[in-house]
Amino acid sequence: MTTLNPQPHQPALPFRHRLSLLAGPVLALASGAAFADYTWNFPTPVTPIGRDTLSMHNQFMVIITVLFVVVFAIMIYSMIKHRKSTGARPAKFSGPTGAVQWFWTLVPFAMLLFIDFVLMGIPAFHAVVDMEDTRTKADMVLKVTGLQWKWKYEYPDSGVQFVSTLTTPREQIEGKEAKGEHYLLEVDNEVVLPVGKKVRILLTSTDVIHTWWVPQFGVKRDAIPGFLRETWVRIEEPGVYRGQCAELCGKDHGFMPVVVRAVPEPEYAAWVDKKKAEMSAAAAGGDKTWTMAELLAKGKESYEKNCAACHQPNGQGLPPAFPALAGSKIVTGPLLSPDGKLIPDSHVDRVMNGKTGTAMQAFKATLSDVDIAAIVTYERNSFGNTKGDMIQPAQIKALR
Amino acid sequence: MNTATHTLDHHGDHAHHPTGILRWLTTTNHKDIGTMYMTFALLMFFVGGAMILGVRAELFQPGLQLMKPEFFNQLIGVHALVMIFAALMPAATGFANWMIPLMIGAPDMALPRLNNWGFWLLPPAALLLTMPFVLALFGIGDGAVATGWTLYAPLSVQGGIGVDFAIFSIHILGISSIMGSINIIATILNMRAPGMTLMKMPLFCWGWLVTAVLLIITLPVLAGGVTMLLTDRHFQTHFFDAAGGGDPILFQHLFWFFGHPEVYILLLPVWGLMPHVLSTFTRKPVYGHTAQVWSFIAIGVLGLIVWAHHFLTAGLPVPALLYFMYSTMSISLPLAVLFFCWIATMWRGSMSFETPMLFALGFIVLFGIAGLTGLVLADVAADAQYHHSYFVVAHFHYALFAGGIMGVMTGVYFWLPKWTGHMYSEKLGKLHFWLTVISFNLTFMPQFFLGLAGMPRRIPDYALQFAEFNAISTVGAFALGLSQLLFAWNVWRCVKGGEKASAEVWEGTDGLEWQLSSPPPYHSWETQPVVK
Repeated sequence: MTTLNPQPHQPALPFRHRLSLLAGPVLALASGAAFADYTWNFPTPVTPIGRDTLSMHNQFMVIITVLFVVVFAIMIYSMIKHRKSTGARPAKFSGPTGAVQWFWTLVPFAMLLFIDFVLMGIPAFHAVVDMEDTRTKADMVLKVTGLQWKWKYEYPDSGVQFVSTLTTPREQIEGKEAKGEHYLLEVDNEVVLPVGKKVRILLTSTDVIHTWWVPQFGVKRDAIPGFLRETWVRIEEPGVYRGQCAELCGKDHGFMPVVVRAVPEPEYAAWVDKKKAEMSAAAAGGDKTWTMAELLAKGKESYEKNCAACHQPNGQGLPPAFPALAGSKIVTGPLLSPDGKLIPDSHVDRVMNGKTGTAMQAFKATLSDVDIAAIVTYERNSFGNTKGDMIQPAQIKALR
Repeated sequence: MNTATHTLDHHGDHAHHPTGILRWLTTTNHKDIGTMYMTFALLMFFVGGAMILGVRAELFQPGLQLMKPEFFNQLIGVHALVMIFAALMPAATGFANWMIPLMIGAPDMALPRLNNWGFWLLPPAALLLTMPFVLALFGIGDGAVATGWTLYAPLSVQGGIGVDFAIFSIHILGISSIMGSINIIATILNMRAPGMTLMKMPLFCWGWLVTAVLLIITLPVLAGGVTMLLTDRHFQTHFFDAAGGGDPILFQHLFWFFGHPEVYILLLPVWGLMPHVLSTFTRKPVYGHTAQVWSFIAIGVLGLIVWAHHFLTAGLPVPALLYFMYSTMSISLPLAVLFFCWIATMWRGSMSFETPMLFALGFIVLFGIAGLTGLVLADVAADAQYHHSYFVVAHFHYALFAGGIMGVMTGVYFWLPKWTGHMYSEKLGKLHFWLTVISFNLTFMPQFFLGLAGMPRRIPDYALQFAEFNAISTVGAFALGLSQLLFAWNVWRCVKGGEKASAEVWEGTDGLEWQLSSPPPYHSWETQPVVK
């Protein structure tokens, strides 16, 4: 399997092909070499932990398959031999008698002890210690923040940061269009990581618990609001690796994928430079004065990406959990106080700081000044709202 | 019929109770209450089953076809709560009510009025749990609890009124279970027939004794946890909110301190009844009675100290990970004792394969798969891959459907002739068994592979590489669901009539319960039997 295509999710095999595989699942379980097919086992691992986990899993599956077969072979033998219809007479014993019987009674338990704490216990011990060793010789840090329902990534070394959201169109989900190859596993901003480097991953969340999982990395770790958790990866092969949020985190839990692109070191450095340039261009956009039309156009785009999942593209929301913005008292209320300060519980306050105890998050953590200004302006002048006012990115910047 | 038994029967039938609905509302008779528990459990089994068929229908193909993700999330959580609290637990309590007095030679349960109250708390609790579905239709609230049955904070702090309904429902169900447990412990400790020492007591009673103790230890912790959740939601406490000095993981500790023993709470009554069935249909004494008793106790104790293996990916420190891994693995030892004793009971017996025996054998094999996959799940590093995935879903359905539900069905087929005085249809029973076993495996075996391939649980839509196994699983689930209608039909027919059952019912029975007529008189043992 060393020549494997780095694409993690090959197109699905034809159904007939898979049915033919059904014939040999036990065989597939019993022989390590046959473990390659995605359908029957872990996707091909690309990190040391992932490889460890897979080989341990394979070994354990062999152990439990053997246990299963041996135990139930005895049972099935008994079911065939000791049946009333063949004239078997019942024995009367109800426990072991004599040293020999006691010996054979205790042997299986001695074997189980050995299996549990030596055969499985020792490799498991080393794997745990290795998995939790996030700090030794870490080459770089990636901070991952879970949000309902997207991921934010930060690279503290270079200051690069961005939010990564699902790009699968609504039409594909609702069955109005054919589903693409990476249906539900595609995002706008992929995480880019250098191949061969030990990446220490810090995880947290801004709202509820999420779980960051890429099956081919062999790691899965919860992102817990208010706490930092950590794990690590060292990706050994370039490629695109896809995973998903694994902890139920509300409505769109099934729609927040993780996509990681692993590239060689020089390519990674070039990507960092490109991202930095993009970020400074965006920051420059925050300093200029925008026209109403520009804000509305930008606002529509950002709204549909960040807000429409809950408040819906038409602003009608999904009450009572996700209120309508059309005709909303908050959205049609005053913009800022006369001296340009934030009014508590106003429209701008809600968008920037969220509302605790609800799914409305503090978007100042994830959106740029331009995005927030554009979204606020768009919401006040759409869905039948006709406030006619607007707010500039520079004003948002001053409010941070 | 001689005079003595005539008087006894006459007295037994001449129960001073009202008729019609009032009889059932006011009854303090252990058999009536047992029947109500069983009926309620069967009804809720179909309610919970219907919910999950909705889920499986949505998962038949990729894409969203039938429901919104919000509703999908409600169905999965309420399915679990209904199946655990309103189907499996009441079924086990129904067994206890019916069988414990018969088995230990007692006239009734020790606390008959508490018994009545314990049952009648269940229907309102089930109503509370499911009512938000109906309220949402009238525009009140946004539906039932949508957090999964685990109610993890802060998602549950964020949720709608469904969460509050679920919290109060859990409170009431908890009170009901604690009352039932107190009653069972009081009955077992005080009302055994003369000569029946604890070590001579039937294993079913032992399984329940350990269950009852576990319930009393763990349910108050769950009640406390959900109450803290309630105050976080409405009274500005911050038990589970880091911004106020709390910790979301605290909820997981509290929940699983209850949640893991709960698995054994559901399974111990079944493990208790298995030796009775195996011994009957092998016509041979139970092997290792004492060893099984100590295994029950050991599993109960170990079950209380392994809870964190339900959240090994939450970022626990290494020593805690190692402790929970090894302690979890050690449960395999007492469990292996049980498997050993079950198979040794069969060894050199004279077996016949009536429906209860088929279900018992099916239980042993399929529950074996649950146990073995549980052993690998304990391994922290491999668990990182299995956890939150369909592998876990498959694992615990092998434990709770094949272990729990099929175990309960073993008991129902085994004892139904004793309860009703009629034989059920053996033909229908066997058909039910084979359909159940085949469709069960068709449903859940593919889910192991889905999990290994990387499909997370609790998602309403999935990537294309998971499509085939999901389709197979859905077909299996509908076959499994429909097969259970046969069961209901068979039970109904048996209640209504059929071939008369003798007092012993089966050829190889042993125990006090088989000395009473089938059905037993209204008041069970008016004169205590003596056990030698």
